[in-house]
Amino acid sequence: MKRHALSTRLWHWINAAALAVLFMSGLGISNAHRHLYWGNFGYDPADAWLHVVRFPGWITLPSTYNLAASRDWHNIGAWVFGIALLFMWIAMLVNRHYVRDIVTCTHDWSPRHWWHILRSNPREHETLDGAKYNSLQKIAYGVVLGVLLPIMIFTGLAISPGFEPAAPWLIEILGGRQSARSIHFIAAWAIAAFFVAHIVMVFAGGAWKLVRDMITGGRVETKKKGYFDA
Amino acid sequence: MPDIPRRGLLAGLAALGTGACSELGNTDAAGAVFDAAEDWHRAAHRTLASRQGLAPEYAPEDRSPDVKGNGSVTVDNDIYRDQLAKGFPDWRLSVCGLVETPLRLSIEELKALPQRTQITRHDCVEGWSAIAEWSGPQLGALLDTAKIKPEANFIVFWCADILYGEQYYESVDLVDAYHPQTIIAHELNGAPLPEKNGAPLRMRIERQLGYKHAKYLTAIEAVADLAPIGKGKGGFWEDEYDYQWYAGI
Repeated sequence: MKRHALSTRLWHWINAAALAVLFMSGLGISNAHRHLYWGNFGYDPADAWLHVVRFPGWITLPSTYNLAASRDWHNIGAWVFGIALLFMWIAMLVNRHYVRDIVTCTHDWSPRHWWHILRSNPREHETLDGAKYNSLQKIAYGVVLGVLLPIMIFTGLAISPGFEPAAPWLIEILGGRQSARSIHFIAAWAIAAFFVAHIVMVFAGGAWKLVRDMITGGRVETKKKGYFDA
Repeated sequence: MPDIPRRGLLAGLAALGTGACSELGNTDAAGAVFDAAEDWHRAAHRTLASRQGLAPEYAPEDRSPDVKGNGSVTVDNDIYRDQLAKGFPDWRLSVCGLVETPLRLSIEELKALPQRTQITRHDCVEGWSAIAEWSGPQLGALLDTAKIKPEANFIVFWCADILYGEQYYESVDLVDAYHPQTIIAHELNGAPLPEKNGAPLRMRIERQLGYKHAKYLTAIEAVADLAPIGKGKGGFWEDEYDYQWYAGI
């Protein structure tokens, strides 16, 4: 049996590519007005709750300031990201990846247990009751898939004036358009923080094997070998 | 939706996530994908909301202290300065192109038409927003008076301002032209439109970003096709800087 379903692997890499495009083009868009506000309106930097740095060319898409081109990349990236996320949610509900591997139980929420995970060797790590992921993985994947990625979709829609007549309540519950824009920015950086932690853990857990398994699917092994293994 | 070459679509999608995005963004294939994505967004917006779905309107206390002047903040010539000082007695708005009865209206004549007043949010492509009350006649009523011809597909807004050496203009399709909140505003928060906001007349296209809301308006032209106008992309920002023609995203 494969350790990662084909749907998971496809989504993982398509999502990674889409997020790279969205994040880097988003930083280019941020450079157009580097101030964030709460509420419905906001245009005066004096009213901003955050003044954002100007993101340098090596991390923006395109690398020179071009709002139209950044928006082009962002608008196509959004389609790929949104459709792929919907596909992944359907797939993991149907193949029970979500219920089996990601849904937590009360034991997963013990800070003492988290501390135990963090202190243990990622390559020799054990999980609760033979689960595929340890508690911190379940929580991290659940928060990313169930909270942060959907927030990006909903706040992105809320910022679009052409979408607003379809669901004005969405903008209201988010606290207004400028609040939606601020939340979009915060959630983007939360995802970036996850990305960094994810990469660190992949290297700690044996990068070659973990990346190969996410491409080929790998095999479910009976012997516990690594951080990401069952 | 334009015919998208399948090869271009695949090439563009395959390029997502590669290291050469900036270079690739300049190719025709990528351009085709970008245009397709823009069309899908427009189609999705108009499918999800009704075609005449309204942008939210706010209460007077929700207004922002000001509406930032952006892009052109004046028209840099003596005729404009003279008219501004006198209250625009000689300013005329033409309604022309594919119409049975071309019109030429003074500000007073526009004020005599049925008016719509709306407190709406102005969203700039840069990311900021302002909320203000705008008043003026509906564009749809004006087009009906001029009797728009069936072959007309787009409405072009001609402006007096020159931005970065080029005449400003914009355009919308008939869905947005006939949208009830699409008005020719001559008042902002109950006072004549200020100079920086497009005095004496500016468009309000409430479901799209600020660059569609043409300021210093002199003429409204009904056309069948945008290709022969300017550089053919439907507006100043579209022609000069490749901005998206559909600015609802």
